[in-house]
Amino acid sequence: MDMTAFCDVGFLLLSFFILTTKFKPPEALTVVTPGSVSSKEAEATDQCLVSVGPDGRVFISFSEENRRVEVVDDLNKRLGLQLSEAEVNSAGTSEYFASSLNQLKSFLAIPLDRRVGNSFPGIPIKDTANNELVEWVRSVGNVFLGEKLNLMVKGDQTMQYPAFKGVIDAFKKNDQMKFLIITSQESIPGGTPLAAKARKEVIKE
Amino acid sequence: MAEIAEGGGGGHKKGPGVKKGKKLSTRVDLTPLVDLAFLLITFFIFTTTMSTPTAMNLFLPKDTEKPEEQNKAKESGALTLILGKDQSVYYYEGILATDGANFKQMPFSEMRKVVMDKKTNTAKDDLVIVIKPTDECTFANVVDALDEMTIADIKRYAMVDVSEGEMALIQATQAANPGGAPAPAAQN
Repeated sequence: MDMTAFCDVGFLLLSFFILTTKFKPPEALTVVTPGSVSSKEAEATDQCLVSVGPDGRVFISFSEENRRVEVVDDLNKRLGLQLSEAEVNSAGTSEYFASSLNQLKSFLAIPLDRRVGNSFPGIPIKDTANNELVEWVRSVGNVFLGEKLNLMVKGDQTMQYPAFKGVIDAFKKNDQMKFLIITSQESIPGGTPLAAKARKEVIKE
Repeated sequence: MAEIAEGGGGGHKKGPGVKKGKKLSTRVDLTPLVDLAFLLITFFIFTTTMSTPTAMNLFLPKDTEKPEEQNKAKESGALTLILGKDQSVYYYEGILATDGANFKQMPFSEMRKVVMDKKTNTAKDDLVIVIKPTDECTFANVVDALDEMTIADIKRYAMVDVSEGEMALIQATQAANPGGAPAPAAQN
């Protein structure tokens, strides 16, 4: 039997999947996002992502390496964290930040391959008087000043509201009034105004 | 060893060996290659993430200290939804009566109906929905409630903290229903 055509198709598919595949970045926190009818795609660049785990632990991450360094540098200069230049630069390879500010030095000292997301306490936010995310967001605001920033919150669906409130408060205090909530897509329930609207748009097109 | 050598020698037979070499086809058995290719295809199909995460926009109102700067919602057009624990929702229309007479409770699943009823019964410009999450509700509840606003196509809604009077009423309702869950849901 002539297998040539079969092989051709096989390798075509193979190359397609190799080229389109994007490996999930290692996630520090396992977050199951709640569903929403929003169909807007989350942007992958210029993002500052605040992840909140089921137990309310808060991790912060940035998509660009230079942003990580700049934000940590800003924190370091503003709050006197006494990080050396090498330590600040090492923040570039850090996928996420998950410690209180005074532990940041020892957090950055942990080699990347030894970091286990679940072992970190996260950024303290629960105490309103000592909400360290406020400082983080302030630095983010300084670094991204006048530039495009995609501020996002990715929360686990079982997380309790006070943790989310802590995040919102940190945004509000820094006048970051616009942000995205990462959700997984759900279908629009029928017989609702939104369903009617969606249908109209389809007809228009 | 000896056998292999013999076999090898067999291949080097002068006359017939040369003839055989000419007859040998250049075709390679492609089966292992194809096997491997399809194995890789399945691997990439399973690891590829086709579903990119979606996001919903949320704009926060600015906290103003001065009450005169705040947007005043017309009392009759307001619907307040308080998200409690275990999927329960407390709600009231307009201003909360001092004796809590208009303070009602429903399971989360009925929220859409209540919101839609309010929408049809209220003038478009007066309608404003206030979402008040308590400390006991989950993030999924908050997102679902915000989602209901999108589904019902509500233009004006806000997320506000729960007041003490409302907290007291919730606790009173919970004390009256020791099951904690709202009555219709508890029976299911």
